Amino acid sequence: MSTHNALLAAACALSLFSSAALAETPNLGKVISPEEVAPWDISVSPDGAGLPPGSGTPMQGEAVYASKCLACHGEKGAGKPNDALVGGIGSLAGDKPALKTVGSFWPYATTIFDYVRRSMPYNESKTLTNDELYAVAAYILQLNGIIGENDTMNAQTLPKVRMPNRDGFVAFVPAIPK
Amino acid sequence: MGHRKSKGATIDAVAGNGLLDRRVFLGGTAMAAATAGMILPDSATADPLAVEPWMKTPGAAFVPYGQPSGYENKVVRTFTTAPGTTGTGTSRTPHHLLNGMITPNGLHFERHHSGIPDINPDAHRLVIHGLVKRPLLFTLDDLTRYPTESRIAFIECGGNGQLLYQKEPAQVGVQQIQGQVSCAEWTGVKLAVLLQEAGVDPKAKWILAEGADAAGMSRSLPLAEIMQDALIALYQNGERVRPANGYPMRLLLPGYEGNMNVKWLRRIKLTEGPTMTRDETSRYTITLPDGKSLQFVFPQECKSVITRPSPGLTMKEPGVYEITGLAWSGYGKIAKVEISADGGKSWAPAALQEPVLSKALTRFRMAWRWNGGPAVLQSRATDDIGYVQPTREKMIADRGSRTIYHSNAVTTWGVSEKGEVKHVYA
Repeated sequence: MSTHNALLAAACALSLFSSAALAETPNLGKVISPEEVAPWDISVSPDGAGLPPGSGTPMQGEAVYASKCLACHGEKGAGKPNDALVGGIGSLAGDKPALKTVGSFWPYATTIFDYVRRSMPYNESKTLTNDELYAVAAYILQLNGIIGENDTMNAQTLPKVRMPNRDGFVAFVPAIPK
Repeated sequence: MGHRKSKGATIDAVAGNGLLDRRVFLGGTAMAAATAGMILPDSATADPLAVEPWMKTPGAAFVPYGQPSGYENKVVRTFTTAPGTTGTGTSRTPHHLLNGMITPNGLHFERHHSGIPDINPDAHRLVIHGLVKRPLLFTLDDLTRYPTESRIAFIECGGNGQLLYQKEPAQVGVQQIQGQVSCAEWTGVKLAVLLQEAGVDPKAKWILAEGADAAGMSRSLPLAEIMQDALIALYQNGERVRPANGYPMRLLLPGYEGNMNVKWLRRIKLTEGPTMTRDETSRYTITLPDGKSLQFVFPQECKSVITRPSPGLTMKEPGVYEITGLAWSGYGKIAKVEISADGGKSWAPAALQEPVLSKALTRFRMAWRWNGGPAVLQSRATDDIGYVQPTREKMIADRGSRTIYHSNAVTTWGVSEKGEVKHVYA
């Protein structure tokens, strides 16, 4: 074998060795069971995956809203000082400013549960019970005229709620190289 | 000198209203002064050189962590907060007072959805679960033992530049209009390494990334697109990531909308479809004139802005100035930045400061002779996929102005005869 070929062979061997070495990672993660992840696994998908047991009605939600939400979001979700939660359905197109609320803009009812559970109330997030979360979601939906006063929200009914702007989104297409 | 002077006078102009070939800066001060038509100052009028107190007595003691000169105390972020909150909102980088491509850590822009958490690094955990073979939990100590990589990358808020959607030009400067972009050297562990250890189920097409802040800020990210570049950043410009930027760890997705670069990263869940969190439905979507909204607007598209001259930096006298600014693209490298001093009638290419890196801020520079008359300054960037930064008119023609997101239009500065610089629409 010439010196050149020997070097080549050595280089090949080395590159094989190094690619094998690259795949070898520290593997320091501890395996964790779904039960152990559960306290953190708070996300809810549009199909309802992740929704916990429990239920609530608009009337129950009104009481939760009065004590936990009203100070920031106003009477009946009218807004001020923070976001309005109600109204604006039909305002997205046209020349007048759009009023984007849960009712007029949010495409999935499950997002209400997901967002309120993780982020609200602002000063004490992740403190509402599952029943309170279903109830306050029901109240906001009812204020928007999306569900009736006597409808109950739970893991089965909430994903089935059809939001007015459900078909209002189009995936962005990135530019392609010219 | 006579030869250089006459040569300069004939070849230096590269576009209208005083844009000059950058070589004027390389030809020596005599040439620059001559081309500017400036009168050399009379040395007799200069103040006598004083022997100042700091030249005569020992200076200050060592400090453990250094701070800028006290005279630089106006080089600060500005911020606006949501009603009733002190830490929810946005802070902006003072680009008009900085130079170079790297943003100092204390001046990096911020966007918080529920303040800045005070995270004990020993108690912080990162969980990777969902559609994986082995759900895994990592401590910060664990991750610190992994091989690391560095990446100089910009992060830009999806809402940066939103004032350009307003009907009238907001009478504020570059910090208020374009201050929600910054650039740092981020160092950390490749997300792909941890996902490989967890074993990704082929059904997984998205990941949900979630923060440990009180908002539990969360975004769905397309797995295939982010795998190549995603970094779990532990260091920012050499030191541990600042609390305001995600301490002890954040996601870094070079070129992608700032909000996707989830700070205080605590959980990654692999899923089949997007979770449709609030911040990818109700927020960070572009509502078009017909009422439909563009969703999953991931890249921050090609953009630039002149940082100097800019509003607040009044020019005292006619003469030669450097026009400088920043350009960036979420698609790749900046290929070209053109400057106009006559509101877009004529353009000339600026010099790009090396290094020009993919998905990093790129500093550009141009020589300009201000003759004391009105001028309209603009920069227009083109990236290496050929995307050209749009005019404001084109951006609004394409997308309308019913949104606050992803404004990447040309920003225009008007210069008056007095040397005052204002935000204008051209």
